[in-house]
Amino acid sequence: MVVFDRPHSLIDVPLHYCPGCTHGIVHRLVAETIDELGIEGKTIGIAPVGCSVMAYDYFNCDMIEAAHGRAPAVATGVKRANPENIVFTYQGDGDLASIGMAETVHAAARNENITVIFINNAIYGMTGGQMAPTSLPGQVTQTSPYGRDTKACGFPIKVCEMLKELDGAEYIERVAVNNVKNVKNAKKAIKKAFENQINNKGFSLIEVISSCPTNWGLTPQNALKWIDEKMIPYYPLGVYKDRSKDKE
Amino acid sequence: MQNKVLMKGNEAIAEAAIIAGCRHYFGYPITPQTEVAAYMAKKMPKIGGTFLQAESEIAAINMVYGVASAGLRVMTSSSSPGISLKSEGLSYLAGADLPAFVVNVQRGGPGLGGIQPSQSDYFQATKGGGHGDYRMIVLAPASVEEMASLTVKGFELADKYRMTSMILADGTMGQMMEPVDLENLKVSKAPEKPWATTGTKMQRKHNIINSLYLKPEELEKGNIERYERYKIVEENEAMYEEYLMDDAEICVVAFGIAARVSKNAINEARSRGIKVGLIRPITLWPFPKAPFDKAKEHIKTFISTELSMGQMIEDVKLATDCKANYVLCNRVGGMIPSPEEVLEQIIKQNGGNK
Ligand SMILES: Cc1ncc(C[n+]2csc(CCOP(=O)(O)OP(=O)(O)O)c2C)c(N)n1
Ligand code: SF4
Ligand SMILES: [Mg+2]
Repeated sequence: MVVFDRPHSLIDVPLHYCPGCTHGIVHRLVAETIDELGIEGKTIGIAPVGCSVMAYDYFNCDMIEAAHGRAPAVATGVKRANPENIVFTYQGDGDLASIGMAETVHAAARNENITVIFINNAIYGMTGGQMAPTSLPGQVTQTSPYGRDTKACGFPIKVCEMLKELDGAEYIERVAVNNVKNVKNAKKAIKKAFENQINNKGFSLIEVISSCPTNWGLTPQNALKWIDEKMIPYYPLGVYKDRSKDKE
Repeated sequence: MQNKVLMKGNEAIAEAAIIAGCRHYFGYPITPQTEVAAYMAKKMPKIGGTFLQAESEIAAINMVYGVASAGLRVMTSSSSPGISLKSEGLSYLAGADLPAFVVNVQRGGPGLGGIQPSQSDYFQATKGGGHGDYRMIVLAPASVEEMASLTVKGFELADKYRMTSMILADGTMGQMMEPVDLENLKVSKAPEKPWATTGTKMQRKHNIINSLYLKPEELEKGNIERYERYKIVEENEAMYEEYLMDDAEICVVAFGIAARVSKNAINEARSRGIKVGLIRPITLWPFPKAPFDKAKEHIKTFISTELSMGQMIEDVKLATDCKANYVLCNRVGGMIPSPEEVLEQIIKQNGGNK
């Protein structure tokens, strides 16, 4: 009996992520969703610039690598070209909330019928641990060596709280993947975000609080604890917007 | 039979793009190319196409990247400052070998510059603009008729070579009204695009559109292969017009609006017995070699007439081994040289003999 098998839409190659990095878990949740919905053959994934840049080698569906922050604009083009395709972007916090903020906000405002998976690990992972737009006040990073000073570099951006104010966005939820219960919730949210697209509901964004033990300078275990102790209090989990509920 | 209609250059581009099968347009407002977007905004919804005013030129070019990835004919248009923003995307399009069609109706620069006609984005268009080794096919129309025909050609060349082709026009070309025959525009069928990301349908290996190659050997190989393709373009796609060149001793080189002004000046000079002709590059990249190979045998002086501080003149020198005399006849900042100014320069180079 097979109890734990690789989803078909995840290619059988070793992922390059560091030990204890939760990028891999989120890849798996997305792939399981694609399998369960039977949409691999018509799905197009857009990889970002960031640690998950090589996602194009991991997902079995057609893949596009976008310039840094531009994934929602690329996804807009793909979806407008072939509306029958299911189009998702997979983006980090630097990609989505810094250099690509305009593309994110406007795709949401247009209620572009795409699915956005947003990995918030409060750091620029790929470039070696610089301060991200989501780095916490006081967080030590390579470019905030004395801790993020909110007087000099402002406050973290709460993407879900911000996007929920847009009339355009259909579905906005924040989840985490640091324990079994949270992973199960994350899976449900991701699935909903894809189902929304299948049902032509429009823009869905799932923010996933994720770990970067390497650049947080923590063991994988302590990184998961740090999510509970520091990240989630600043970034509360939950559904921020669900237009189907608004209408009820 | 003549089926000519009177049209603005910018509108001719838009209509020709639709005739070429383009159903997706993305842009951001900027003078002096607004008519392209306005035309598309009116037409696209009526023919089942997409017109989308993007949040920026950066977003627009990346939407183009998305549609191009899906294998469909797609375009954006802008003017100089907007093209600077699109340059990131132009580099990525080249790196991913995607076909796209881009229009630059140039205005004076640098910076915010002005809104009057210019040709000062010649370097940006022909030598890069974005980062990395890449080329674009650059087309320079000199009439409304050519705004239309080179648009169709631009889509065809983009598909054929998996490159971006760019119309490098200027404010005058965009605003000018002339009769144009759109009904007889010939469009060849777009080639198959088995590389496009349209979904595997569970019937093939996944396609990847990408420009990242972390292994230097692979990145080098990709660059070399791309340049082999560029070489084929150089050998086969250069276009130009020669005017009164057979017995010429002085050669004016000009494109776009500068070529039209120059022709008037040349006609006047000829009527005064001065042996002067014109080479008008229609493709700025590839820069036409053939007419200069011939010209360098008998031309003493080349006059490069440009709406820039002297950009194309460098290519004229290269094409003629720097062996003749070279003179720049230019106005910038939105100013256009008058036929009289060009004539004066021709007379001067003819030893002052009127
Ligand atoms: C235009 C541009 N600027 C900067 C970079 C360098 N860069 C690569 S990845 C990255 C940050 C990625 O951070 P994030 O989006 O948070 O993803 P993570 O690696 O944390 O998953 C940066 C700045 C780039 N590739 N392109
Ligand atoms: S650097 Fe951080 S985000 Fe990147 S793979 Fe390693 S742990 Fe994951
Ligand atoms: Mg990050």
